[in-house]
Amino acid sequence: MTAAPLLELDNLSTHYVSAQGTRIVRAVDEVSLRLNAGETLGIVGESGSGKSTLALTILRVLPPAARIVGGRMLFEGEDLVAKSDAEMRHIRGKRIAMILQDPMASLNPLFTIGDQVAEPIRVHEGERRATAWNRARELLRSVRIPSPETRLTQYPHEMSGGMRQRIVGAIGISCEPRLLIADEPTTSLDLTIQAQYLNLLRDLQQAHGLALIFITHNLGIVAKMCDQLAVMYAGRVVESGPVSRIFNAPAHPYTRALLNSIPRMSDSDQRLVAIDGQPPDLSALPSGCAFAPRCPQALARCRDAAPPPFAPEEGRIARCWLAEPSAVGGDFRVASGAA
Amino acid sequence: MHVLEAAGLSKHFVARRGLFGADRGVVRAVDGISFTIARGQTLGIVGESGCGKTTTAKLVLGLEEPTGGSIRFDGRDLKELDATGRRYYRKSVQAVFQDPYASLNPRMRISAIIAEPLVQNEQLPAADVRGRVLEMLDMVGLPARAADLFPHEFSGGQRQRIAIARALALSPRLIVLDEPVSALDVSIRAQILNLLRDLQARLGLSYLFIAHDLAAVAHMSHTIAVMYLGKIVETGEAKALANAPKHPYTAALFSAALPSHPDERREEIILPGEVPSPLNPPSGCRFHPRCPHAMARCAGEEPVLRGVEARIVACHLYDRGGEANGGAKPLEAVANAE
Amino acid sequence: MSTPADVIRLPTPTPRFAAIRALRLGDVPMVPLLILGVIALVAVFANQLAPHNPEIGSLTARFKPPFWVTGGSTEYLLGTDQLGRDVLSRLIFGARVSMVVGFTAVIFAGVLGTALGIVSGYLGGWVDQVIMRITDTWLALPALMFAIFLASIVGPSMWNIVIILGLVYWTRYARVIRGEVLSLKEREFVRLAIVAGCSKLTIMRRHILPNVINSAVVLGTLMLGVVIITEATLSFLGVGVPPPQPAWGLMLSDGKQGLMVGYWWLTVFPGGCIVLMVLSANLLGDWLRVKFDPQLRQL
Repeated sequence: MTAAPLLELDNLSTHYVSAQGTRIVRAVDEVSLRLNAGETLGIVGESGSGKSTLALTILRVLPPAARIVGGRMLFEGEDLVAKSDAEMRHIRGKRIAMILQDPMASLNPLFTIGDQVAEPIRVHEGERRATAWNRARELLRSVRIPSPETRLTQYPHEMSGGMRQRIVGAIGISCEPRLLIADEPTTSLDLTIQAQYLNLLRDLQQAHGLALIFITHNLGIVAKMCDQLAVMYAGRVVESGPVSRIFNAPAHPYTRALLNSIPRMSDSDQRLVAIDGQPPDLSALPSGCAFAPRCPQALARCRDAAPPPFAPEEGRIARCWLAEPSAVGGDFRVASGAA
Repeated sequence: MHVLEAAGLSKHFVARRGLFGADRGVVRAVDGISFTIARGQTLGIVGESGCGKTTTAKLVLGLEEPTGGSIRFDGRDLKELDATGRRYYRKSVQAVFQDPYASLNPRMRISAIIAEPLVQNEQLPAADVRGRVLEMLDMVGLPARAADLFPHEFSGGQRQRIAIARALALSPRLIVLDEPVSALDVSIRAQILNLLRDLQARLGLSYLFIAHDLAAVAHMSHTIAVMYLGKIVETGEAKALANAPKHPYTAALFSAALPSHPDERREEIILPGEVPSPLNPPSGCRFHPRCPHAMARCAGEEPVLRGVEARIVACHLYDRGGEANGGAKPLEAVANAE
Repeated sequence: MSTPADVIRLPTPTPRFAAIRALRLGDVPMVPLLILGVIALVAVFANQLAPHNPEIGSLTARFKPPFWVTGGSTEYLLGTDQLGRDVLSRLIFGARVSMVVGFTAVIFAGVLGTALGIVSGYLGGWVDQVIMRITDTWLALPALMFAIFLASIVGPSMWNIVIILGLVYWTRYARVIRGEVLSLKEREFVRLAIVAGCSKLTIMRRHILPNVINSAVVLGTLMLGVVIITEATLSFLGVGVPPPQPAWGLMLSDGKQGLMVGYWWLTVFPGGCIVLMVLSANLLGDWLRVKFDPQLRQL
């Protein structure tokens, strides 16, 4: 029996519109993704790829200038795009939680740790303060914060960066969500602290049956933590599929170039393979494939028309003309969002 | 002959409460470190927050004065330099910093930015200065017309190239690179790292390369020094150190580096606890509270840097009872033997 | 409150906002600029524009109302005051006083305050402490009292007023600029300038000053309103620009006794001019502040 996916994005699009209505930035452009319960998905992209906007879109916490202009987001079968604000409030924090990059900005400096960890419990489950604090203490223990009893009454500025990020994680899992979205959660952490933290996330995931979405620019995190990978460029998903398959045989030139440009510890003194050019300006995208100006394998066709998503293998998607199955004899499968 | 030699270098900050308050303590940001940078080579420094690598960079650049120890440039001690000597040092050691958006004065044109070190230190006619600016732009792969533009017209990677062009203007011998690519997009980092290596090969530059991306440091450096709480715990040839670390902290650090492939299996060494505050370092070996191999001796006695098979390590694991019992040779003996 | 239908449609600007938006030509606030421009032109060409001599009146034509009121005439468009002087001519020449005093005082305060703010912020240490304590003390004194005190010592004259206003208001600049300098000096381009061998003076001049000028200008336009009101108040209290030279504040003061008897034009017109000028300066300053801010953040 194949279970329905926990989260399914179907041709989702989010655009930023300037005040006069003149400039449109297609921050998220026809994105389709699928995530099953308990799985870990990595969304990789650089600045301007749209990955953070995608996270905000899922939780419907977009800034006023941004609008969802198309598509569906099915979470446990319900379309989040169609939900009202009041309904989303019940989902945020309780069924889908999010942790962000900067733990100091995520915690209110004026409230105690206990208050902040207990807050979602009191809001969503209506518990009394005493009960909520007890649960908060247990949560702090589960994220491996030593002497949680004393920590409850302390303030964020008294904690180190690594501890703050764990507290943010505790807040995230406080109401037992099904999905946790982590947007660059370890970028500000030291290496050894990052190792501790990623291990913690993996253990929490197994203990609670949590699905994780990692939004990051760091392919190393994806290699370590993720089952599935989606690579974003200029607002579109250019490649997606299982992590090891993509690392072994990337189907999109951008993914391939990205993997080749990263220095490896086991390298001999080889020159790194750099990607020419600059990341795209989302308000002035070229016609055709957005990566064509920088692509070492660009065809004339790539500048004329943007490729639709093709399926080079079962369970993989690549938006590239080079991934198009040859028409000779084979059936032309174009993977649509509903496939 | 080394370009730069630091011996017993220290920088202590006094942490004071308020304007007239009593001293709260001493932060030993850098506490007696020694390293050398050879001509045309790169020394990489790795370590986590509070290890002192940024302070070390500032000491080398002359942005801070050391409280102890010495820095010798081309064999001459910096403290003994007169004004001309100090000016020569300034011209020979330049820097590239992390944030390309804050490294360039937004109100100055690129040509003025690149020319500033020249204008401050040499009396050249304007035509020569302009010629040098164009030469620098060419060396970093930017078109000549960039000279008349302003920083905001460039992307992050391009701005970092401009910062490198400026650092090269005086034909320095040593460039301090403090996280030069951390703020750049992943696809741009390789461009800049390649550029830096090309420039090193072409111009015989030495680099002091500080970064938290271990793979990048291992890729760029000839020698790596690992710092922890103000001390160097291990120094050695870059690839060898990365693949076979000797100090337990180095081992933990490199095992924490993210893999480059999902099938890459690495021994996971998870260190307990947090990095202690430099205000209150642990006694004896500063790493002992978190070290998986700590012995009784480690809490009381600080280990000395010793040579161990072409590596220099400060750890009691390599010092069982001194030379006579087959332990490591002390540092001076190793240096003299070379 | 978003419903599914709203979420999909792209926003269209509502007519009401479109009308207001039309008042701005490409985002520049035309109305304040026009008003200030007109006042400036009037001040420059006062000699050509004024129909009568503002300082000499005809005693036979005292207290004439504006021309659209019965009893008024087109010879004195906005009426006359208690000495028979033409109100319109006095307003026109008063604009000169307001403009000159306003701009000069703002520039004087700005130069002094910005310089001290840069020195204090960049050098730090005891220089910073001394300048900041002076600033604190200065700010503790109510500006108006201070101005009146100084005016009564040195005696009123237009240039004295300018100097006094400058001395009273430089501290506003110093505080703000110092704050900016404190964060600027930690920026990497300043550190690189030190590494390149620049002296402290060179750094303050070449790197700090150009990056704080924007804030100083914005502050200047906002201070313009404050300075003009202070000048008007000083004139109103009799310690400002001395008569017979016309100043709007002085006209207000002279005219207040006329209010009781219904000679409303003696106060409404000068008061209106003050309001227009200060309002325009404030709106312009506000727009400049918003305009410069996002650029500053792109540093």
